[in-house]
Amino acid sequence: MTVLSARAHSARASGASARGPRGSRHITGAQTRAAWVLTAPFLVVFAAMFLAPLAYSAYLSLFTSQLVGGEEFSGLANYVRALQDPSFWSGLGRVALFLFIQVPIMLVASICFALALDSKRVKGGRVARLLIFIPYAVPSVVATLMWGYLYGTDFGLITQIFHAVGLPAPDLLSPQNILGSTMNIVCWEFIGYNMIILYAALRSVPDDVYEAAEIDGAGQIRIAWSIKLPAIRQAILLTIIFSIIGSFQLFNEPNLLYNIAPNAVGTDFTPNLYAYNLAFKNQDINYAAAIAFLLGIVIMIVSFVVQTAINRRERQS
Amino acid sequence: MKFRKTALALASGATVLALLSGCAGTSATTDSTKPVTQAEIDKAMNTPTTLTFWTWVPDIQNEVNLFEKKYPKIKVKVVNTTGGAQHYPKLRAALKAGKGVPDVAQMEYDYIPSFTQTKSLLNLEPYGAGKLKSEYVDWVWNQVANSSGVWGIPQDSGPLGTLYRDDIFTQAGLHGSPATWDDFAKAAAEVKSKTGAYITDLPGNDMFQMISFFWQAGAKPFSYDGKKTVGVDLDSATDQKVVAYWQDLIDKNLVATDPDFTDAYYQGLAQNKYASWLVAAWGPVFLQGTVKSTSGKWRAGNIPQWTAGANVSGNWGGSSDAVMAATKNPIAAYELAKFINNDESSTLMLANKQFLFPTTKATLSDPAFVDQKSEFYGGQQVNKFFAGVSNTVDKKFEWLPYMDYVNSSYTSTLGKAIANHGDLKAALAAWQQQVVNYGKQQGFTVK
Repeated sequence: MTVLSARAHSARASGASARGPRGSRHITGAQTRAAWVLTAPFLVVFAAMFLAPLAYSAYLSLFTSQLVGGEEFSGLANYVRALQDPSFWSGLGRVALFLFIQVPIMLVASICFALALDSKRVKGGRVARLLIFIPYAVPSVVATLMWGYLYGTDFGLITQIFHAVGLPAPDLLSPQNILGSTMNIVCWEFIGYNMIILYAALRSVPDDVYEAAEIDGAGQIRIAWSIKLPAIRQAILLTIIFSIIGSFQLFNEPNLLYNIAPNAVGTDFTPNLYAYNLAFKNQDINYAAAIAFLLGIVIMIVSFVVQTAINRRERQS
Repeated sequence: MKFRKTALALASGATVLALLSGCAGTSATTDSTKPVTQAEIDKAMNTPTTLTFWTWVPDIQNEVNLFEKKYPKIKVKVVNTTGGAQHYPKLRAALKAGKGVPDVAQMEYDYIPSFTQTKSLLNLEPYGAGKLKSEYVDWVWNQVANSSGVWGIPQDSGPLGTLYRDDIFTQAGLHGSPATWDDFAKAAAEVKSKTGAYITDLPGNDMFQMISFFWQAGAKPFSYDGKKTVGVDLDSATDQKVVAYWQDLIDKNLVATDPDFTDAYYQGLAQNKYASWLVAAWGPVFLQGTVKSTSGKWRAGNIPQWTAGANVSGNWGGSSDAVMAATKNPIAAYELAKFINNDESSTLMLANKQFLFPTTKATLSDPAFVDQKSEFYGGQQVNKFFAGVSNTVDKKFEWLPYMDYVNSSYTSTLGKAIANHGDLKAALAAWQQQVVNYGKQQGFTVK
């Protein structure tokens, strides 16, 4: 609520300053003061709720604490330790794999659904749209629990179907398969979400462009490839960036799957889960803060690289 | 400390938060060790006081009501922390912040050293706890008391036994639970070949079951002097014997290795996948709640023995109520912890209504508890049976001050090897290594 009202304040503040200089170009001292006063609530909340925790965890990551002997300043020792920690790297490797396999599958599916719905050739398009979107409305906790039951090794639905057909059932919760099982859950949850973003972007492309293309003799597939996809490039970029961040921050699904497949998931399945376990099971909050910061840096680098790469290609074409 | 101050000055936004956490560690009060007099107790119990009590025992308000009836001036605010996974982090956060710490908190036996190490618990000896010793089962008392004091009042315990399916065992030509581990292995082969069931499940996620097996075998894997020295002896000959035994059963595919306390596990119990459960005294009630469909088919028997003719058990689980050192009302807080777990009406209620397996000799011999017959177990007096087991638990067993880590390390070493049917002996050594390394890294001297 406070954040919302702070936003409302700042919106009103910017509105006021935009209206202010209508007559003269000068901004008076009184106006500057008013602007500060009006943005102050936002700034205070921003500093207290966003900057302070960030600064505090950065500060924490510079200390090492021991159960015996307490806390002492250790500079970047935690970061050095993290860079040599096989648990951190294996978790990072796993989310990278997740990024390279799950994200393309999910986004291609989202794009296909969005294009299909936008082509208006799907019967019951509204119902289909809703059905594809509904999994996103299911909390990820519930989704994971539900999939956990379906995956169950002895009595899960998937196993029972395999047995009914007379085939040996795969163990979807084994250490080899658990990453794939997680990918499936995340796909199920987020295909609809990404589809809605892309579909909304497609709806905002003016129809006369398509009419012109049709008159020129372009088929639907050609229209989709040469007009629709380039038109929603920014929206696709947005979904890619969201998905990258989402992949690196993977936590809920493995944390819940831990309850039914503890040895397959382990404590360091993803960097986030590792940081959580370090802080609350190993009582090593300082090291966990360092891991979290490193993860944040990795996410920033990857997001930046992807964004500039795509923008550069756009400028070239 | 000098660095700390400069850093503090720099991170001005974080100053308040950091100060809060920085100053807390030393707030633990270690009052006089002089015994408290009856006059002081009377005065405290007649002064209007509000106590905060953190626990996850369901419906404990009923026992608290008994306490409040006896001491009308004392009000108790019960906070249900829902379980250990939330309880301890929350407690540690409150201790670190130096405020919001409860007066009394539930404390599992294996967590006590972790909180005495940080001097967060009040020594209850001066308040009269020492005199309670004879009222409790001796091995349970050893879980809350050491040479430097008494750190909690025992609430419940989990002496180990065998719960088995009489129908499956009979079908396999077995009579009663196997007497020795050798018999158990032979029975496993019989059960598998004649009924298709596994004799039991050895989960890879339950360190405490494995430790109860170590305990029963007479191993002493942990020690802690209460200060800076810990002993870690997980890779001992006894423990190696235990894991080698299970390795054999796993290799022959005679035991399942599914995680326990999961939905799939309960279904396995209900659908005859496992013929027995090596479990503590709280197991019987647990089964009645989760696998009702198998009612009447279960029986309770002794845990198999390493030496024929011996009668030794181990313990799995149990907790106490401890008084936090930060309390401002130590006398009233102690009286609460004591009343809940010592008053006859309260302990009997805990045993019969909340199904916590008792720790007091009085309740363990109370006909209202032990004479109950259970339909689920074909009319067997399961409480009486486990009350007998309680006397056979190996007396002395210590814990490390960092069992959370030992537990998470187990899942990625020995537990993982069990789940993946790998090399248990190598995994035991790896577990030992990780636990030793963590201890050193945390500043302990590791023996």
